[in-house]
Amino acid sequence: MNQEPVIHFQSGSINVHYIPSTTFKTNTFVIQLKAPLAKDTVTKRAILPQVLQSGSEDYPTRLALRSALEDLYGASLQGDIVKKGENQIMSFRMDIANEKFLKDNTPLMEQGLKLLSSVFLHPKISNNQFDDKILSDEIRTHRQKIASIFDDKMRFANKRLTEEMCKNEPFGLHVLGEEKDLDAIDSKNLFEYYQQVLQNDQIDFYIMGDMNHDDLKEMIEKYFMITRNETTTNTNNNSPDSSANQQSREPREVVEEQEIQQGKLHLGYRTNVTYGDQEYFALQLFNGIFGGFSHSKLFINVREKASLAYYAASRIESMKGLLIVMAGIESNKYDEATSIIFKQMEDMQNGEFTEEDIEQTKAVFKNQILETMDSPRGRIELEYQNEVGVGRIPLEEWMTRIDEVTKEDIVQVASKIQLDTTYFLKGKEESANE
Amino acid sequence: MSKLTFDQLQETLYAEELSNGLQVYVLPKKGFNKTFATFTTKYGSIDNHFTPLGKDEKTRVPDGIAHFLEHKMFDDEEGDVFQQFSKQGASANAFTSFTRTAYLFSSTMNVKDNLETLMNFVQKPYFTDESVEKEKGIIEQEIKMYEDNPDWQNFFGLLTAMYQNHPVSIDIAGTVDSIMKTTKELLYTCYETFYHPSNMVLFIVGNVVPDEVMEQVKNNQKAKTFAKPEEIKRFFESESSEVSTKKKVIPMPVNTGKCLVGIKDKNPNRSGEDLLRHELSLQLVLEMMFGQSSTNYQSLYEEGLIDDSFSFDYTAEQGFGFSVIGGDSNDPELLASRIEEMVKDFIEQPIDQEAIDRIRKKKIGYFLKAMNSPEFIANQFTRYRFNDMDLFHVIPMLESLTLEQLKETMKEHFTLDTQMSQCIVKSEDSTNSND
Repeated sequence: MNQEPVIHFQSGSINVHYIPSTTFKTNTFVIQLKAPLAKDTVTKRAILPQVLQSGSEDYPTRLALRSALEDLYGASLQGDIVKKGENQIMSFRMDIANEKFLKDNTPLMEQGLKLLSSVFLHPKISNNQFDDKILSDEIRTHRQKIASIFDDKMRFANKRLTEEMCKNEPFGLHVLGEEKDLDAIDSKNLFEYYQQVLQNDQIDFYIMGDMNHDDLKEMIEKYFMITRNETTTNTNNNSPDSSANQQSREPREVVEEQEIQQGKLHLGYRTNVTYGDQEYFALQLFNGIFGGFSHSKLFINVREKASLAYYAASRIESMKGLLIVMAGIESNKYDEATSIIFKQMEDMQNGEFTEEDIEQTKAVFKNQILETMDSPRGRIELEYQNEVGVGRIPLEEWMTRIDEVTKEDIVQVASKIQLDTTYFLKGKEESANE
Repeated sequence: MSKLTFDQLQETLYAEELSNGLQVYVLPKKGFNKTFATFTTKYGSIDNHFTPLGKDEKTRVPDGIAHFLEHKMFDDEEGDVFQQFSKQGASANAFTSFTRTAYLFSSTMNVKDNLETLMNFVQKPYFTDESVEKEKGIIEQEIKMYEDNPDWQNFFGLLTAMYQNHPVSIDIAGTVDSIMKTTKELLYTCYETFYHPSNMVLFIVGNVVPDEVMEQVKNNQKAKTFAKPEEIKRFFESESSEVSTKKKVIPMPVNTGKCLVGIKDKNPNRSGEDLLRHELSLQLVLEMMFGQSSTNYQSLYEEGLIDDSFSFDYTAEQGFGFSVIGGDSNDPELLASRIEEMVKDFIEQPIDQEAIDRIRKKKIGYFLKAMNSPEFIANQFTRYRFNDMDLFHVIPMLESLTLEQLKETMKEHFTLDTQMSQCIVKSEDSTNSND
């Protein structure tokens, strides 16, 4: 495995992780801020990165900021928000050319870090509040973004399944938050929330690329020093244990109708296993044999043998302990499709798969991890799993842990998986064919 | 084997054309775990009218057949090729575009075996009546998935508005009706005509030793026999240089409306350096017009007409070329007319040299970032090759573009009264579309 050792250091309350690498033509910076998903902050937190990257003290407009990025050979800057288990992770990411590949070799790294710091730590404010115009523009686009989920049926069905399945859990909240919360957000209360973020969030800063370690440390300390009030305790940092906390219940079925050509079938299972657990890799291999790849049971049986779907696959929410199955089918093929899917799950639980299937899946899964490491973003995401999850598994152990998984382990993990909710978005009768 | 070095990028490319006509390229990448390979034929959805290999009369095949063929190539006498790849720890895939069909794998182990599998399955068709019938249900669901996708509908709606006869306006997967007409015999006809090695490019990038890979490819090809290469005759009906319809509206039950404005090239017959210059010039001009650092972007954002789905692009291949500008909007019709106004104003004004330099830098930086990606390198290199362009000329060409050239390209491309179309997707009762 081609893997460089990570160098860790602190800059005030920021945990810095430097991954040296000469493989890429760019240097990558990623700031990750972790806080629990919560009903009263979810929407504020979702909109915050958008507000921050719309203007800062030094670059007061989008235009000024974007021009400055272009001047730095098209440095890219993206604020983002994702859900990992019961956490809502805010991130800022910058990729910037390494000047050794340019004719003009003016150093870019320091300027890039300075700009990133400007966006993250020096927002455009007056009287302790954000700029009103920026906020109102961002509220408008955020409202539109939430509304547009409806227009992407796969995303919509996934959102509805999660809402139904995790009604009483933070995970049931959508990562973008709720439309109805937007009216209550103003430039004052959002700024207050931003200050809390700096005070309470767990902040990890990843740097990947080819640079001098001492220079880097000096620059990070210069531009990214956050010190916190002694009095504040980091109550936010203990993420709730999201595994196995859901009582088992009878599986539910939710069917809704829209004017669509293709029905969206989404099934949510509880795996009762999360990242860091002993059985985690057995669960990953379960998913690989069951539905994660194009050699999996779902692909072969729902698509290739029954011609019911173009896609039929499963994936794991590893921080939450869910398994989600997705297939796009004719609206009148619900019974046929679900019975094939249930049969595949039963077969898994009864151990009806071969040693060859396991070997094949191990090979593909290991390949997937190694490939993920071939992009700065992928490598950083893999590292970050160990900061978000309750348990930790050092990256260098992954390959051996995968090799050690046996058929018994997979059957064992399969027996823990329980169907929770089946969600079906089907076409209206008049638009359904046949 | 020839060797080309690009000092500034610190890359070396190895190339050879084999005796059967296959062009092979190898780009070693140090520090990567994986190797990525594409095996691509210059054959896509627009090639629906041609003279089959060894025949005299031209034939017209059902829409979507290139894509259908791509699906069926994964069947083998021994079973499913996906299984073979995954046993060897690789992930495999394929895609069909307007002008290309590409088969690919990536893997961090057993690269030699995987490359062998790639070459062998693409060069060994195996179709049965039964398997062709079975595939129809799968592709029907693929088409229906896209029928529910408003962005896809908007894009093809725009192409239909711009092109009257050219097959670029036909959905790559065809229609449910057209795919039902596909037969085993038709698939073989298309395969024999377009999958000759002389119509294909093999590109391998990643953790490889160039000599070994080239040797392997040569041995593999030597062991196979192919018909004598013939020039492929493709036919396209004449297409007006102007757009066919100025405005098209597609009603769909969407929450957020969508608008795309397209500008059709008058003279879409460039290739080589000429096409590269044209393409990069227009991409630069579009950035200046509508990029995030433009006053136009700022205005549209503040007017509440766009969000970060707003984008623009210029696409060109032999026979067609167009710009597309647009995105989600609560008032897609107003957005379309604002875009039109802004283009009109922009082409009247002098070009800001400072903006050119800034955006040139941005494009160079983006290209460097793209060079981190083996997928980008293999796919784009092949696309460039098929148009007689060279991917590694992008940076020098960007550096050489002058204000005069940009002005000329811009004036020629943006003739709005005859070359512009718009396509709008909105719900039928769009007054209460956003609740």
